[in-house]
Amino acid sequence: MLPPVFGVLFDGLAYGMLLFLLSVGLSVTLGLMNFVNLAHCAFAMVGGYVTVLLVNRYGWPFLWTLPLAFLIPALLSVGFERVFYRRFYGKSDLDQVLLTIGIAFVSVAAAAWFFGTTQQPISTPEVLRGSFHVLGLDIAPYRLFLIVVGVAVTAALIGGLEYTRFGAQVRAAVDNQRMASGLGINVERTFAITFAVGSGLAGLGGALAIEIVGLDPNFAFTYLIYVLIVVSVGGLGSIGGSLAAALLIGVSDIAGKYYVPQLGAFLIYLVMLAILMWRPSGLFGRR
Amino acid sequence: MASITDAGSGTEPARYLKRQTRWHWAETLFWLGTLLPFFLFPDYLQLASQIAITALFALSLDLILGYAGIVSLGHTAFFGTAAYAAGIFSKMVWGEPFTGLIVGVAAATLLGYASSFIIARFRHLTLIMITLGLALLLEQAANSASWLTGGSDGLQGIEIWPLLGHFDFDLWGYTAYTYSLIALFVVFLGVRRLINSPFGLALRGIRENAIRMPAIGAPSRKHIRTVYTLSAAIAGLAGALLAQTTQTVALDALGFQRSADVLIMVVLGGAGRLYGGLIGTIVYMIAHDQFSGIAPQYWYFWIGLLLIAVVMFLPNGILGGLQVAAAWVQARWSKR
Repeated sequence: MLPPVFGVLFDGLAYGMLLFLLSVGLSVTLGLMNFVNLAHCAFAMVGGYVTVLLVNRYGWPFLWTLPLAFLIPALLSVGFERVFYRRFYGKSDLDQVLLTIGIAFVSVAAAAWFFGTTQQPISTPEVLRGSFHVLGLDIAPYRLFLIVVGVAVTAALIGGLEYTRFGAQVRAAVDNQRMASGLGINVERTFAITFAVGSGLAGLGGALAIEIVGLDPNFAFTYLIYVLIVVSVGGLGSIGGSLAAALLIGVSDIAGKYYVPQLGAFLIYLVMLAILMWRPSGLFGRR
Repeated sequence: MASITDAGSGTEPARYLKRQTRWHWAETLFWLGTLLPFFLFPDYLQLASQIAITALFALSLDLILGYAGIVSLGHTAFFGTAAYAAGIFSKMVWGEPFTGLIVGVAAATLLGYASSFIIARFRHLTLIMITLGLALLLEQAANSASWLTGGSDGLQGIEIWPLLGHFDFDLWGYTAYTYSLIALFVVFLGVRRLINSPFGLALRGIRENAIRMPAIGAPSRKHIRTVYTLSAAIAGLAGALLAQTTQTVALDALGFQRSADVLIMVVLGGAGRLYGGLIGTIVYMIAHDQFSGIAPQYWYFWIGLLLIAVVMFLPNGILGGLQVAAAWVQARWSKR
């Protein structure tokens, strides 16, 4: 028999994996281009609505919608990168913040216009519902599934970054953009692809998040704060850092809500401020 | 000998600063215009007092954003703290307005001074996150301490005594608007003096290049601490005024939405232009009042589009656009 602390830990890890999926793209693009993209969670929201639309209107099975929840935000983000973001790479933080907050505002209004302001219902497959008992703990299969997906994505990302040619180009561009382009790496293209993959992962996270935290048009802002916390705590441009920070924030949030519910979200803000004071560029940040 | 001292005070930078401090006729016109609501729109004085208070808040943000280049997404931390401090003071101690203002401003100044040590160490995303985190933390704290702040119901039961023992805070807002407008004008004069001083020039230097300023002997961090504390005090004055004129404090006084709104107002008018925040606030709040029939989520659709348009086509806001237009007209004129 395990004490309830393991149950809290398990839920925290599942929630952390979700935060990791939502935030890893932003971390890499911030590290690569130093671009403060506050519309990142708008792409996550697009993924969520893609899944809701396909499941509820066209009767697709939940799992089959996930590839599209990745693909559509990824393609959409390439369009936005071409039209808007590209013009703002060298500009000030303020201009980037304003542009992307503007896009996030528009996305919230568009989601409210097309889908209404209510929470969207979603039905997950039979196998992922309910719960089973292991050593006295209630384990929800859906959370187990989240952890599996999170581990798989981490493995794929680290593998892709460490062992492929493209990964080496991304790492070179993160380390020193000028030097990388001097060596003949097409930094713009590298960035566009990374940006698309990051937004796609956010979309996947958005789709997977519906079952846990729900989906309404305010998603673009509610989770933006969590994502920014993860990114700044983990350090820019670091996948391991994002994972560690996401798990830390996920576990502290769930543990805080379980043991000291009267504090609300107080605990994670405190954790973030403490870590940033201690290490201004995040746990694994180099700059 | 007199001629030498004259030459000394007439050097280029000193003459430049002096030229900047001279009042332009448009400025006088603007401030006379703020008196118009008394005669033309007496039904809208409550709104006018809200605008004056928000303009004061925008002025405080412009001081750090437009001049020192500190992007803050949590400036409500000071606004809200002062609003709660002034509200709780008038509820628990007494309702005299001036002492209430002093208590509110003091609370915000203390908080601003303490956090300025943190702010001065960071730039870029970390800075944005620290300011945001501080405001979120305070909002959560105010929500949790409902025995003191009323939590999500807001702080109720504030009683403000008549101003100077005579002028009641009436339903139409005569007193409220006069009170807020005087506060705005006095603070504006101070800020105007400040940014046209050598200290103001040093701030602009930090905005343009934070690394080079220490190299020419300007203590950047000390300047940032000073201006941040000042800005917190002004934001606190705005918050305390809001608590007193509306006689209630809601939790959204500390919310992210208010921080984002005031940032939008400053940018819309033109950051770093002194009048930018004021013009932006007037335009934004009058538009919001006129279109208040629109559901809030659609209001933000237009705000979002406006933001995108402003950063893409009007990088210096309305005032910057007007300046470009004026220069263009002048160039056409002189050609003839």
